[in-house]
Amino acid sequence: MAGARRLPPRGTVRTARTARTARSALDSGQSLLAALAGLLLIWSVAQTAVNGVNDVHAALAFGALIALGELLRLNLPGDREAAPIATAGAMAYAVLLRIGNVPATHGADQVVAVTAIGMIVGALPHLAVGRPTRVAAMSARLLAVACVAVAFRPLATASLIGGRWWSQLPVMLALVVFALLVEAVISALIRTEELRTRFAVALGDELRIQLPIGAATGASALLIAFAAEVMGLAAVAVFAAPLLVTQVALRRYAGIRATYLQTVRALARVTEIGGYVETGHSDRVSRLAVAIGRELGMPEAALLELEYAALMHDIGQLSLRDPVPGGATVLVTRGEQRRIAEYGAEVIGQARVLDSVADIVRRQSDPCRPADRTQPPPLSSRIIRAANAYDDLVGSSDDPSRATEAVERLRLDTGSEYDPRVVEALSMLVVP
Amino acid sequence: MGKLSRIALLYIGAVVAAAIVVVAVGPFDGLDWSEVGVLGLLLVACESSATYLNGRGLAWSANSIVSLAAVVLCGPVGAALVGSCTLLGIRRGPSPAQRLFNTGMYTLSAYLAGRAFLLFGGHVGAPGPSSFPGIIGSFAAAAVVHVVVNFTLVRAAFRLTNAADDSHGRLGLDFKLWLTDLGYGAFGLLIAALWSVLGPFTPVLVLIPVFVARWAVAQFAEQQRSYEATVSALCQAVETKDFYTRGHSERVSRGSVMIATEIGMRLERVAAIRYAGMLHDVGKLGVPTSVLQKRSSLTDDEYAAIQLHPMRGIDIVREIGFLDEALAGIMHHHERIDGRGYPMGLAGDEIPEFARVLSVADAFDAMTSDRSYRGARPVPEAVAELRKWSGKQFDPAFVHAFVTAIERDGWDAPDAPDAPDVPDTPGAPGRATTESV
Repeated sequence: MAGARRLPPRGTVRTARTARTARSALDSGQSLLAALAGLLLIWSVAQTAVNGVNDVHAALAFGALIALGELLRLNLPGDREAAPIATAGAMAYAVLLRIGNVPATHGADQVVAVTAIGMIVGALPHLAVGRPTRVAAMSARLLAVACVAVAFRPLATASLIGGRWWSQLPVMLALVVFALLVEAVISALIRTEELRTRFAVALGDELRIQLPIGAATGASALLIAFAAEVMGLAAVAVFAAPLLVTQVALRRYAGIRATYLQTVRALARVTEIGGYVETGHSDRVSRLAVAIGRELGMPEAALLELEYAALMHDIGQLSLRDPVPGGATVLVTRGEQRRIAEYGAEVIGQARVLDSVADIVRRQSDPCRPADRTQPPPLSSRIIRAANAYDDLVGSSDDPSRATEAVERLRLDTGSEYDPRVVEALSMLVVP
Repeated sequence: MGKLSRIALLYIGAVVAAAIVVVAVGPFDGLDWSEVGVLGLLLVACESSATYLNGRGLAWSANSIVSLAAVVLCGPVGAALVGSCTLLGIRRGPSPAQRLFNTGMYTLSAYLAGRAFLLFGGHVGAPGPSSFPGIIGSFAAAAVVHVVVNFTLVRAAFRLTNAADDSHGRLGLDFKLWLTDLGYGAFGLLIAALWSVLGPFTPVLVLIPVFVARWAVAQFAEQQRSYEATVSALCQAVETKDFYTRGHSERVSRGSVMIATEIGMRLERVAAIRYAGMLHDVGKLGVPTSVLQKRSSLTDDEYAAIQLHPMRGIDIVREIGFLDEALAGIMHHHERIDGRGYPMGLAGDEIPEFARVLSVADAFDAMTSDRSYRGARPVPEAVAELRKWSGKQFDPAFVHAFVTAIERDGWDAPDAPDAPDVPDTPGAPGRATTESV
């Protein structure tokens, strides 16, 4: 299972306790899911073998589309996997009513069997080149298709849903939407286990990201099913085309997003190479900050901004004539800290696309309860402030007693300097 | 469009008048008005959701999909009527004149596409299973006519209203737009084909995936823009170490892109060289500031430290998922054709192409911008210097390409810096030793 590499950050952040709880939950939840999918596969193949295959041509055509879709599956931002073409093909097969003038009489078992086999065939090349296969994600997709098939095939074969689109479409639409929701819920559950996110937050993220793709997938599924009535099996290929365009664009989008993060990460390190901060400081602070943010239930978009801001929080030090000794900003005066933060925010603000990141960086040196006036700094700034102070005190050391001491020192200043909630979350992550 | 010339007004008037004639004359017999109504509504929705194509004053909408569906379902006059619904679109951008012109244009292109459909043997009405594959040929003719009429009318309007914006490379871009539009047009046939089973709900289902595809493409473009802006902002931050090199990376990047375009590099490589130019001096941060700012001559050790900066740069950017070429360019941008450069002392063709391009742009910008110890040299003098060292320090082919591009497009030399405005910027850096020429 590829889960291990998606666990919270390496190093001091992931203590033995975090790793243990996450891993055991991961095992139980995801193996249950995989076992369920495995049972479905066995049941459907056995059932189909006993009953014989209905309309071999259609089964082959849809199976080929599903295999192709699985072969072309893509990674979405946030380490998600999607196979829109495979899902659309499988759902179309599940709600298929006629091909040309011939009614489609295959049962739910055949839908599940064709889908499962298609997915396995499509996944084989990935396995052959050694790409990690996510059994859990595949199982979730299979379960979603099974939901539609089991609910719809009996209606279709008993011709219970009328002959015109206004009686057929609402049923199909409701089922497809339901199935996509099921898939989103399962993915959110998986993420909750793996990343220690809260379920509500994970589900919100999932729905936000999957909504456009889900809409396109669902619409394509219905189109394929209806078009098969007019165009026969040619519809299968024709209506997968817009999904292909979407997929190419999304793949490039995910690519540039990954490069973006790598670039910010790399360029944040110029402060290290210039001798302004200790080696690995930005990287550790960003990992710790993201872990705290997740612990506090921040949604994914906010976490990404937090990560950018944490990586670049020291970029303002480039304006200093002489590097701060050891780069530990916790040791310099408040005025100096503020100037570094201000300059860093100015640099980031020049990009004009990261204004909220600039704002987070600007306010990172403000105490959590400003003595005078004004609004407290945003949560992300408070997180970076605490994570930065912690890393300045502990550095790359693995010594648990140093971690405890550092947290104690931060605790002394909660209320005025550091946000108590942030420090508590931090302590849960780093103190054994 | 701003203020319109008399000819432009006449042109728009002619297009609109022709459209009115087409719609008014008919014939209207055999027209299913409910179909025209549904498709017209849909066209209004598409027109209202049009998105601008990056900075060219052109907008993309799904109009042609709906118009072409109307061609098959309602025939030329019906399609023209549907096209005329463009007028009702709710969109903030266009002026009244543009709106009228767009309406006239869509009406005319739909009508002519309808004529072409009939001419090539198409039958009006929802196609059944027996219509395939015969209908594909006539539909393709209709789609081509639609695209051609559409683009010709729009191109002429652009010519007449703002003549100044013609730059080279436009034809290629147009051709790409043509192809995409033809591709989208094919969905018109799908809408028509499904009409018999799904009725008026067809276009909604067909357009959802199309719109999501557009959305995904737009997302990608936006992310790309924001990425470029961020990289450039961070590079500027790096440059604050030395006030006098402000904007250097940006200009080297621009110069390298000029050379790359001039010699006809592929688009992906041009994009890569743009980043390479921005990041080529990142490694300077690894050189101690005291050495960078030293005015007197350098000891061997200090010179060695400076020569390391390309390697330091590689250390920083290695993890970015770039083309290897960009990395090689950053690493070798101080090599010389005669083999006397650093860090490896490569000569001639051993030096990666990107590095040879970068070195020309780098040296040129160093000459044409101010340094603490001397003022900027004028562009012609710098060009002469490039020519003089061509074949010794620089690759003659790239010097030639760069000079050609500068002579045609000009070069924006940086303004003289007035005073350091960044706190704690090291004053009076004298980097005579890191100068390329």
